[in-house]
Amino acid sequence: MNEMSRIVRTITTLIYGFIMIYGFYIIVHGHLTPGGGFQGGAIVASAFALLVVTYGNQGSKKFLSEDIFSLIETTGLVLFIAFAFFGLGITFFYNFMANSGGLFGNSAVAGINAGDLNTGGTVTIMNMAVGLEVLAAFGVIILTMSAGSEIISKKKENS
Amino acid sequence: MIGNFPYLAVALLIGLGIYTLIYKRNLIKIAIGITLIENGVNLFLITLGYRKGAIAPIFTQAPEGLKMVLPTPQALTLTSIVIGVATTALILSVAMIIFKKYGTLDTDEVRRLKE
Amino acid sequence: MKKTIFGIALIFFIAFMILAAAGMRPFGEPAFSEMDDYYIDNAQSETGANNVVTTIVFDYRGFDTLGEATVLFTAVLGVTALFREVSK
Repeated sequence: MNEMSRIVRTITTLIYGFIMIYGFYIIVHGHLTPGGGFQGGAIVASAFALLVVTYGNQGSKKFLSEDIFSLIETTGLVLFIAFAFFGLGITFFYNFMANSGGLFGNSAVAGINAGDLNTGGTVTIMNMAVGLEVLAAFGVIILTMSAGSEIISKKKENS
Repeated sequence: MIGNFPYLAVALLIGLGIYTLIYKRNLIKIAIGITLIENGVNLFLITLGYRKGAIAPIFTQAPEGLKMVLPTPQALTLTSIVIGVATTALILSVAMIIFKKYGTLDTDEVRRLKE
Repeated sequence: MKKTIFGIALIFFIAFMILAAAGMRPFGEPAFSEMDDYYIDNAQSETGANNVVTTIVFDYRGFDTLGEATVLFTAVLGVTALFREVSK
């Protein structure tokens, strides 16, 4: 509907991939550096907001679709609750993978160290699950509200 | 007294937010007032856990020999920020539906339940 | 008339908050810190992650994160239900 000028469209197609990679980097390294699931999910959602502002809601239908976002959000929430139930041998939300030697099971060197990606246990998996959920939730909110505002403004023009 | 400057900033933010809720009539300005109050409360939660001359509570390549700030208020503020986003999204959606039915956003005119 | 009563109450409220802010402990000395000292000393050996804030959010206090994920899910549900087109 309302597209922006050619300069904005060119810069957006060049840059929205880098914003998404930066957001995924903050989600995956959540147990070593400042950040985590919620912060990284908000950064990836700002890339989606950039696409919707540049192309309008009709034009961004070839980049994003609402049904896939709904599927990703429910996958993230179910993964989060499932990994909370797996430690039910001792208690709910028990970290059964830390210091055990399996997947994500190395122990951390005590004190100040450089950081190893293979540590963390269930904290690392829950980071990625919550990151997927926050990303998809913000995407659905942005797409639904922009579609609703275009319908309202079209009805005001016709009446 | 000048050392407690963050707490004075919290009092100012909450006071400005309540002033906007009382004296303004546009629905979008009321939503901005609610966001101001939530930001003041989040700032108060974080400044309660500060130690003088300390660093962030992360062990990856931290400078040596320094203490760390308290990490628990930061974890609770994360939850509070996300709940604020959810509240703002719902308030703005209800404001859009009111504009579709009434044609205006002035709270002095949307007083009756119309069908 | 009603707005002037609210305005006078607001002035009293702001005066009370500024007096309370001036009388608090000095900025930079927390009152009790035994629980946070336990978290800082034992988080690396028990969970194996370097970031203490992330282990508090997802491991020591995981229930609050579960409640927050539910609130976010309910907000998305409410926004989608408001903008549905009911076909006649």
